[in-house]
Amino acid sequence: MEVVQLQRSFLEYTSSLFQEGFLDAQFSQLQQLQDESNPQFVMEVVTLFFEDTERLLNDLTTALDQSNVDFKKVDAHVHQLKGSSSSIGAQRVTNVCIPFRNTCEEQNIQGCLRCLQLVKQEYFLVKNKLEALFRLEQQIVAAGGVIPMVE
Amino acid sequence: MDFYTSQTQTIKSGSSSCSRGGDVDQFPTGLRVLVVDDDPTCLRILEKMLRICLYQVTKCNRAEIALALLRENKNGYDIVISDVHMPDMDGFKLLEHVGLEMDLPVIMMSADDSKNVVMKGVTHGACDYLIKPVRMEALKNIWQHVVRKKKIEWKDKDVEQSGSVEDGEQQQKASEDVEYSSSANEGNWRSSKRRKDEDEETEDREDSSTLKKPRVVWSVELHQQFVAAVNQLGIDKAVPKKILELMNVSGLTRENVASHLQKYRLYLRRLSGVSQHQSGLNTSFITSPEAAFGSMSSLSGLDFQALAASGQLPAQSLAALQAAEFSRSATTSAISMPITDKRNIFSFEPPNLRFGNGHQEASNNTKQVSLLQGVPTNMEPKHLANLHPAQPIFGMNGNSQVNQSNSALMQMNQLQSNRLLLNQTNGSRVPINQSSHEQTLMSNAIPRVWTPKGVERGTTYGHVSQGSSMVDFSVKQSTELPGTSFPLLSGSGMSTLSPKPIFQGEVNTEVRDLRNFRPGYELVNELHLQKTPDWSPQNNRSAFHGSQNSSFRVKDDLHSVFNQQAVSATTMSGDRKNVPVNNGFFSVGEGQNNTSNMGPVNPLLAYTSRRVKSESLTDPGYQSNLLSESFGHDDHYLLSALLKQQQDEVLPVDNDFGFDGYSLDNLSS
Repeated sequence: MEVVQLQRSFLEYTSSLFQEGFLDAQFSQLQQLQDESNPQFVMEVVTLFFEDTERLLNDLTTALDQSNVDFKKVDAHVHQLKGSSSSIGAQRVTNVCIPFRNTCEEQNIQGCLRCLQLVKQEYFLVKNKLEALFRLEQQIVAAGGVIPMVE
Repeated sequence: MDFYTSQTQTIKSGSSSCSRGGDVDQFPTGLRVLVVDDDPTCLRILEKMLRICLYQVTKCNRAEIALALLRENKNGYDIVISDVHMPDMDGFKLLEHVGLEMDLPVIMMSADDSKNVVMKGVTHGACDYLIKPVRMEALKNIWQHVVRKKKIEWKDKDVEQSGSVEDGEQQQKASEDVEYSSSANEGNWRSSKRRKDEDEETEDREDSSTLKKPRVVWSVELHQQFVAAVNQLGIDKAVPKKILELMNVSGLTRENVASHLQKYRLYLRRLSGVSQHQSGLNTSFITSPEAAFGSMSSLSGLDFQALAASGQLPAQSLAALQAAEFSRSATTSAISMPITDKRNIFSFEPPNLRFGNGHQEASNNTKQVSLLQGVPTNMEPKHLANLHPAQPIFGMNGNSQVNQSNSALMQMNQLQSNRLLLNQTNGSRVPINQSSHEQTLMSNAIPRVWTPKGVERGTTYGHVSQGSSMVDFSVKQSTELPGTSFPLLSGSGMSTLSPKPIFQGEVNTEVRDLRNFRPGYELVNELHLQKTPDWSPQNNRSAFHGSQNSSFRVKDDLHSVFNQQAVSATTMSGDRKNVPVNNGFFSVGEGQNNTSNMGPVNPLLAYTSRRVKSESLTDPGYQSNLLSESFGHDDHYLLSALLKQQQDEVLPVDNDFGFDGYSLDNLSS
């Protein structure tokens, strides 16, 4: 019973994440890649993403904090962030990267700082959501259930 | 795996050769992929996806590590997937290294989907370009690139392999390959099975079996030997046979060397965007003239029209013709040069400079571009006037690739410094040369254009696109096209053609040359036009884009250009009125309308004026600055006259430039 409920919660939660644009089809792809040989695949990848992004965000903050901002470098970081976030399907993070790159091209420091703020926001949001999702998964497994596939 | 089982069963019943049950889906299993990406998230995902495709995956996050792995284990990988933006080494550089040294298919990927980057990938020889996020479906089919590449290699080597057995196998493979490539589905398992059966014998898919021609792995040492040989021979004289002899490596065939040389030249050309290095162009250019010389000579002054009509003249012959003509008329053109002196309104740097570097003209596509950069579109009209006389020179320049012509060219250049303005902007390429080079290049490269590596040609074009003015657009188009300056000419060509009696004279004597040039110009223009200018962040590009139809319509362009040329040539000698060039030009711009009618001089003018305008719009300041610096009052007059002409279809231009008797009136058709 509990398992069923957990599973239902899990499905609903996942759906809402997709609907609200936190996750996109790429995340589904990741989920499909997960199999018996790699039961923790999604979590593994997402963890990598978290680590990488936090490093990038730190680099970005530092770079934008300089008196003489190296926009090329900032752009490179943003580009990387865009790539990795799109790879795991963190859609909203990717979406902020687009204007962020524009502000870099324009060498608009204020614009960049604003975008950095936004991207941090979105990142922490999606991080929380995913962590909640993983917790649900663990609960299901702990209760002896199987994590349902989201169609 | 029911599907497979049922498939195999069907196959079994259908053909006795298919006896293996689950083997059908073996291929492309086990394909050895090397993935390079500095992003750990993507790397992990890719690895997983590739594993699911049953490929054998090696991942690394640094390009240098990847190269080391590849070098260490020459035949250890079948395909490389690399990210574009990496901190330690640019993905394109890695791509080049892999292409040259290991000759493996390389797939580029990036979150960046902008056209320039994709184009860059294509021109650097990437066999595919994936946009992140990479989906599984995209990865599933990467094996086709391995097969395709092997197939091409086999074909290359087929020439010397005489075994009919091999041929038979080749054909069989070829047909199977086609099936593979065309439908990466399990539907063709029958043929793939046969193939697979053969492959089974060469499990690691590397080489050595009679089924597969061994792929020559160009190790660093081998490549160095190759480069040493090439340098020893001189890039001009570096022909595969001689290189092979110098290298003295057993088991290496002339074909191996030839294809490697081809790649190397493209590679150099790419590298030498700024340098004056003339990579393979010279060689190819030089060799082609010999071949086409005979046919070319017949062209001189006579049958252009016919040729144009038939459009048969291949670009190569054209280039050859130019070369031939060029060298032949080198002296004669020199004579005509002095006349043009007066027309040096533009303060171009002495052509000599260019020629000095001259050898490299052909190869420096990018150079060309830079030359043109300086030329503002506004200058067009002037250029028209000035350029025209210089045309012959240009033609010569084009041929300058041939050493002897260089000196002639030099002379001409000096005389025609006006023209050289265009060249000047290019830096040190004589535009003409480029066109001839271009032609050669084009003719030679055309076949290559359509191969993965061949795409590089496109790049050269790309380089060119930095021209800013009318010239620019030609420049932009093709770095290699010496004719970059031509567009200018072409645009204004009409006027230039007519105004000069001298020119006429030149035309008469140098008709051939002119023709040579024309084609070059046209060619260049066409090329430019044709190329999708992804090239440079020049404003003018937008103008180009508009006029350009598609990239790589090289072949067509050549023909149309040539036709145009022919037409113009005849016209020129004929009545110096219409500027066929323009026609050609115009036609080219319009999508290769090879009508060699003199009529549309105006349209051409209109065309060019449009271009000028558009270009000017994009960079008015620049253009006007250039215009004012280079042109005196006369220029402005000419410019305005030209523009007016464009509107009025007749431009009565006073020959302030010393044109004798030629007035733009002649332009009116």
